[in-house]
Amino acid sequence: MEPFLRMDRFPHIWCPGCGIGTVVTCFADALKKGAFDLDRVAVVSGIGCSGRVAGYIKLDSFHTTHGRPIPFATGLHLSNRKLKVVVISGDGDLIAIGGNHFIHAARRNVDLTVICINNFNYAMTGGQVGPGTPVSALSTTTPFGNFEHPFNLPALAASSGAVYVARWTSLHVRRLTNSILEALTKPGFTFVEVIAPCPTLYTRRNKLGTSIEVLGSYRDNCEIRHGADPSTVDITFGGKIVIGKFVDVAGKPTFLESLDAAMQRALGKEYGLGKDYYMRSAGQRALVDREARHD
Amino acid sequence: MKASPEGVLTGAHYLDGDHACAEGALAAGCRFFAGYPITPSTEIAERIARRFPKVGGVFIQMEDEMASMAAILGAAWGGVKAMTCTSGPGFSLMMENIGLGIMMEVPCVVANVQRGGPSTGLPTMVGQQDMMQARWGSHGDYGIIALSPNSPQECFNRTIQAFNLSEKYRVPVLVMMDECVGHMTEKVVIPEPDEIEVVPRRLSPLPPGEYLPYAANGDKVPDMVTAGEGYRIHTTGLTHDERGYPVMTAEAQDKLVRRLRAKIDDNAGKIHDYECKRLDEADVVVVSYGITSRVARAAIDAALDDGLRVGEIRLITVWPFPSGLIRDLAARTKAFVVPEINLGQIVLEVERAAAGGARTISVTHAGGWVHDPQTIYHAIREGLRGNGAPRKPARKPRKEKQP
Ligand code: SF4
Repeated sequence: MEPFLRMDRFPHIWCPGCGIGTVVTCFADALKKGAFDLDRVAVVSGIGCSGRVAGYIKLDSFHTTHGRPIPFATGLHLSNRKLKVVVISGDGDLIAIGGNHFIHAARRNVDLTVICINNFNYAMTGGQVGPGTPVSALSTTTPFGNFEHPFNLPALAASSGAVYVARWTSLHVRRLTNSILEALTKPGFTFVEVIAPCPTLYTRRNKLGTSIEVLGSYRDNCEIRHGADPSTVDITFGGKIVIGKFVDVAGKPTFLESLDAAMQRALGKEYGLGKDYYMRSAGQRALVDREARHD
Repeated sequence: MKASPEGVLTGAHYLDGDHACAEGALAAGCRFFAGYPITPSTEIAERIARRFPKVGGVFIQMEDEMASMAAILGAAWGGVKAMTCTSGPGFSLMMENIGLGIMMEVPCVVANVQRGGPSTGLPTMVGQQDMMQARWGSHGDYGIIALSPNSPQECFNRTIQAFNLSEKYRVPVLVMMDECVGHMTEKVVIPEPDEIEVVPRRLSPLPPGEYLPYAANGDKVPDMVTAGEGYRIHTTGLTHDERGYPVMTAEAQDKLVRRLRAKIDDNAGKIHDYECKRLDEADVVVVSYGITSRVARAAIDAALDDGLRVGEIRLITVWPFPSGLIRDLAARTKAFVVPEINLGQIVLEVERAAAGGARTISVTHAGGWVHDPQTIYHAIREGLRGNGAPRKPARKPRKEKQP
C-alpha cells in the first residue's frame, strides 16, 4: 500500500469500522492491478468524510469545495489529456450539492471515473439526512425517520449517460476492486457506487449494529444481479441491496473525442489540436521540457 | 517572455470590449475557458468558442458558474492558463471557488462585465456595483487583484495584464469591466506578438521529493508545478502547511492567511496601476474608474475651462487599493470627488485613505445609465470649498408626518 498512501499523514481521521478505508484499499489495488503510471493519475475529492480520500492518496490529489470535485476534475482532465482523473467523494457531496455537475458530466461523457462512497448520511457534519438516505432511516435532521424519496444513484448515472455503472459494498472487496479497475480502464464517464458503513453516525443510530454486523448484513442482504435495469435497484431501509455491474456501454464517444471529431469536421487541418499549442502558449517551456524527459 | 504568435490577431480592429477581452486572453496564452452564458458578458465566451479550436484551446460551456470557476482551477493545475467570464449573479456564484483559488493559490482570470443589481437587476444595463464584492465577496480574509478597463483597447490590454499578475502572484485576478465598456465598439490595436509581454507560470526548478507546494519564496509566492509531472502534490481548501497538508491550528491559520494577504499587500507598489493628471496643483481630485472615468471627462473639461484646478486619478488597479497615493494627496488637496455607478463603494476606500485630510464627495448613480456629467461638475465645485465648509444637504430633510 505504501506507494499509494501518504504515510506521513497517518493516523487518518476516519473512525474505526468506517467503510471509507476499504474503498481506498480497493482503489489502490485496482491501480496496482492495472499497472497505471501513478505519476499520471490524479484524484479529486469534495468535502465530507469521503472527501478526505484525496488527502491520503499519494498521487496528485486535490481536495476541493463541497460538491465541485467533478467540474474541477473536468477542467483538470480537459487541460491535460495525459492524466487519468478520478473523483472519489461521498453521496452528499456528489449527488446533493454536486448533483447538477454529476448529471452534466455524465451527459457530456467526460472521461472521468467517479467513485461515490454512499454511507446514507452527511457524516462529517454529524449525521444528517442525505440524498441517498433510505425512507424511515433516522438521522439528526430526520429524528422521526426520513420521509423523502432517496435518489437511486445507478439509475441517475445511467439515465444521465454514464457508460459504466456499478454498485458494490465495502464487503465485496475483490469485486469492487475489479469493478474500479474496469471503470478506470474504460474511456468515458464511469461510475461506481460503494455502499459503506458509517458506524459512528448512521448504523449505530439506526440500530443496524456494529460495523462487522453491518458487513454481515451486506452478505445476507445483497443480491448480485449484473445487467439489472438500474431503475429497479432502489435501496429501501433494511431491504435487499442489488449490486453488480448494471451498465457497460461500448463505443460512445467521450467529450474530447466528440469535440475533436466535430472540430476536425468543421475546421480540418486548421484545428489546432495535437500541436500542443496550449503548452507553448502558456509560456511553459519548462513543462514541455519535462514532458519530453518523462516520455 | 513574449506572446506565442498563434493566438495573437495582430492589426487594427473594430471590436467591442467583450471581444477585445477575449482577444487579450488569447494573446496572454489562455488556452482553457469554462463559462456559463450571462448578459452582458456572453460575447467573451462566444468569441473564445470560435477562436480556441484553431489555437489548441479547449472551450467548455459548463452547467453553471460554480462549475465554470471550479473547472478553470482544475485546468490551471493541469498546466494551462485559464479564464471564465460572468456578470453580477454569476459572480456571486463564483465566489465560492474564487475562495478555493485564493487558498490553493491558482493563477486564473475572471472577467466580470458588471450590470445593475442587486439580484437580476438590470441585465442589459450598466452598473459598477460589484466593486466591494470583488474585494470581499468570498468568505475569509485574503488579498486579491482587480483591474478596471475603460475602453475596448483597455479590455485587451488589461486582460493580458490580469493573466500576467495572476501568474506572478498566483491569485485569481478579476477584470472588472462594465456593460458600457463591454458593449462599446472602438478601434483596438493588437500589437505584434513580440511586443506583448507575457508572464509564464512560475514552475518550480526543484525535482519531486525536494519540492514543497506551499513553501513561499522571498516575495511570499510559492512556485507551482503541474499535475502529472510526478510531483504527487496534495492541495486543499483547508488551512495547510508548506506540504499542502491540512493543519487545524490557529498557528497554521495565522501563518497561511497572513501570507495570502501579504503577498498582495507587500507587493502592492508593484501591482498598482493608475493614470494621474495635474495632481501637483489640484484643489480637487476626481477619482474614477471604468466607464465613469470617461463620463467624468466632460465634467473635468468644463471645470478646467472655468479655470478650476482639477486633478484626476483613474484607477486601473482597483484592488489592492492605492491608499498611499490618496493619503499623500489628502494633505495638499481640498477634496476628492468620486463618481461611480453604485451608491458609494470605492469612495469608502478613498475616504478611509484620506483619513479626514480632505473632503470626500461621493457622486452616486444606482445603475442603468452613466452619470449626467453635470452632477460630477457640481461636485467638483462643491469640493472647492474643502474641509470645514458645512455640507449643504441635497434637499431639506422631510418632516415625518404625524399619524
Ligand atoms: S463519521 Fe462515519 S463516515 Fe465519517 S469517518 Fe466516521 S464512520 Fe466514517
